[in-house]
Amino acid sequence: MSEPRTAYINARLLDPESGLDASGALLTEGAFIADFGQNLFAEGVPEGIEVVDCAGHCLSPGLVDMHVHLREPGHEYKETIASGGLSALAGGVTSICSMPNTDPVIDNVSLIEFVQRRAREAKGAKVFPFAAVTKGLGGKQITEFGMLAEAGAVAFTDDGLPISDSQVMRRALSYAKTFDLLISQHAEDLSLSGCGCMAEGEVATRLGLDGIPEISETVMVERDIRLVELTGGRYHVAHISTADAVDCVRKAKARGLRVTCEAAPHHFSLTDHDVGDYRTFAKMAPPLRSDANRAAIVEGLKDGTIDAIATDHAPHDQESKRLPMAHAANGIVGLETLLPLSLELYHRGHMPLLDVLRRLTVAPAELLNLPVGRLRKGASADLLLFDSDVPWLVETAKFRSMSKNSPFDGRPVQGRALRTIVDGRTLFTADVPIGKQ
Amino acid sequence: MQSQSRPNTLAQRDLLGIDGLSPDDVSAILDLSESYVALNRNAQKKSDVLRGRTLILLFFETSTRTRTSFELAGKRLGADVINISVASSAIKKGETLIDTAMTLNAMHPDVIVVRHPDAGAVRLLANHVNCAVINAGDGSHEHPTQALLDALTIRQKKGRLDGLRIAICGDILHSRVARSNILLLTMMGSQVRLVAPPTLVPPAIERLGAEVFHDMREGLEDCDIIMMLRLQAERMQGTFVPSTREYFRYFGLDEDKLTSAKPDALILHPGPMNRGVEIDSTVADDITRSAILIQVELGLAVRQACLDLLGREPAIS
Repeated sequence: MSEPRTAYINARLLDPESGLDASGALLTEGAFIADFGQNLFAEGVPEGIEVVDCAGHCLSPGLVDMHVHLREPGHEYKETIASGGLSALAGGVTSICSMPNTDPVIDNVSLIEFVQRRAREAKGAKVFPFAAVTKGLGGKQITEFGMLAEAGAVAFTDDGLPISDSQVMRRALSYAKTFDLLISQHAEDLSLSGCGCMAEGEVATRLGLDGIPEISETVMVERDIRLVELTGGRYHVAHISTADAVDCVRKAKARGLRVTCEAAPHHFSLTDHDVGDYRTFAKMAPPLRSDANRAAIVEGLKDGTIDAIATDHAPHDQESKRLPMAHAANGIVGLETLLPLSLELYHRGHMPLLDVLRRLTVAPAELLNLPVGRLRKGASADLLLFDSDVPWLVETAKFRSMSKNSPFDGRPVQGRALRTIVDGRTLFTADVPIGKQ
Repeated sequence: MQSQSRPNTLAQRDLLGIDGLSPDDVSAILDLSESYVALNRNAQKKSDVLRGRTLILLFFETSTRTRTSFELAGKRLGADVINISVASSAIKKGETLIDTAMTLNAMHPDVIVVRHPDAGAVRLLANHVNCAVINAGDGSHEHPTQALLDALTIRQKKGRLDGLRIAICGDILHSRVARSNILLLTMMGSQVRLVAPPTLVPPAIERLGAEVFHDMREGLEDCDIIMMLRLQAERMQGTFVPSTREYFRYFGLDEDKLTSAKPDALILHPGPMNRGVEIDSTVADDITRSAILIQVELGLAVRQACLDLLGREPAIS
């Protein structure tokens, strides 16, 4: 009745929760972590245990991406729960949170169960669904928070759209308190964004494109923080992108409010200049902004104002992007570039490696009460073996995602996933040879 | 007009904007335009520099003067000219744009002139064809031949393009004419002022080298050239100015405000004019001050010069 056991030896063990950063080994037994440490297998690995030589590379908890659009149900030609799961694994991500803005919208218990069933069938990355805050993302009637949470919804959002109506937002934050649930907001005042299709500023003006001002994010975050103060709810800003909004969150945290936020890699890696000559692959909401805003996102990650890094993985087919800027779809795929782009924060000296990993693992897991993202005895063996330094060029054509809409094609990056393990089973192995460290 | 043997002296295949042209390019286009101005005043106006060439005018937005001007320019150069007007309701989908481009491309045209309501759409189309493409206006982005004809008008009337003080007044925000003119006139060494209420000034426009004024009398002070822009109600989503009446009172060009400018200041307007909205009729029709009809005449010559230059190289197959 003994479960299969695997020993990961010669590893650099990294656990952001405990601060562990040491050479050692880790043993999995079945789906769980049985043991790990510096002295484990110091006298060799006993018979009957499969051995994986990590060659000195980093072994950390698998990444947790709390913001992923899987497009199923409704737009399976862009991405499915299965293909999104494969994309995640290739990026070193073992847990993904699916956004509810599918067709139909994930706003009732049976649809939560549908997502969970499809994820089980796919046997890929773990999928933790978010449910909609309002029925059909209509912005009016709140969904059955309690029953949805019981069915497995880990948080609530109307992402893609903001909850514009202040009364609805107040009630959502207030009612969610009953079950201590998190409301994640796509913070944007749509009337201020107007027909904008990129960040307001010199580049938009030169291109003759309508701009989305920074204030459209800030106004919404400011309003919501007032409502959090009033209701005592738990509030999270999705894909934060402006210096002012980061500052609002920083001050709200200092005042003890239950406010958190996440940032996407493109918002700390690119600016509106990367839109270049109408590159629709660089169109997303919120848009790429000025370098000052980009730097403020880095600063927010450094000082902990920004709790998590999340991709806002948004697959689109070519036809949705081969359009004039104003009509092209918003969003980029991100799962397969999450790790190397986040590691740029480490390679450029902004953050220690463990801090970067914290925002990719235990931090989002804590926000959502997920039992993942840590190296712990008895915890699920969701692991990532990665080379933190290897240089390579992003090639979107090789993405596992069904969609290739990434502005990072050809970007030189450092660090990549070598092996991704979910519940003790290796589900992804890089097709590049594992070199010695 | 024997230019068949001469190569296209521009560094590029397409004319998508002023952005990308050098001062030498601009001077070369204007010099060539002058020769067409002379030709157009003859009884015999035809040349054969584009004989055997095919010119397609593809307009996704209604246009009278620009389309007519290009059509006449093509015909006077001896090209076969095809006109395609696409009703704006039928072009909401951009697939149509790329499909249209590839379809037309298969017929081996030599030059395609495109106007489109979306900024960047002309470049998108140009990426999918093998022939030269001229931007006849894309959204609020650029309208290079308009800026070139304005420059030719100014050069003829003032004898130069450098050291002038030029006020561009009105709906800068929605104006491709303004953007192309700011780029061209600052590049040629003139000082550009923008006069408009803050709601009609695009953010960070001063980064293009222009100075912004919200008081028209102040903005017009000592100006050599006054360029009036049409209030583009069709591009406006929501309220930018409370009423045309109020707009005219503060930003319309009338005799009174005109006194702030130099006594010999020249008035330009790309047309079509909204009389009583951005310009008073007495000012518009004063032939000693207004160059509006000269602009139309020179516009034809400028388009002949552009077609001539870009049509010289045979289409790449």
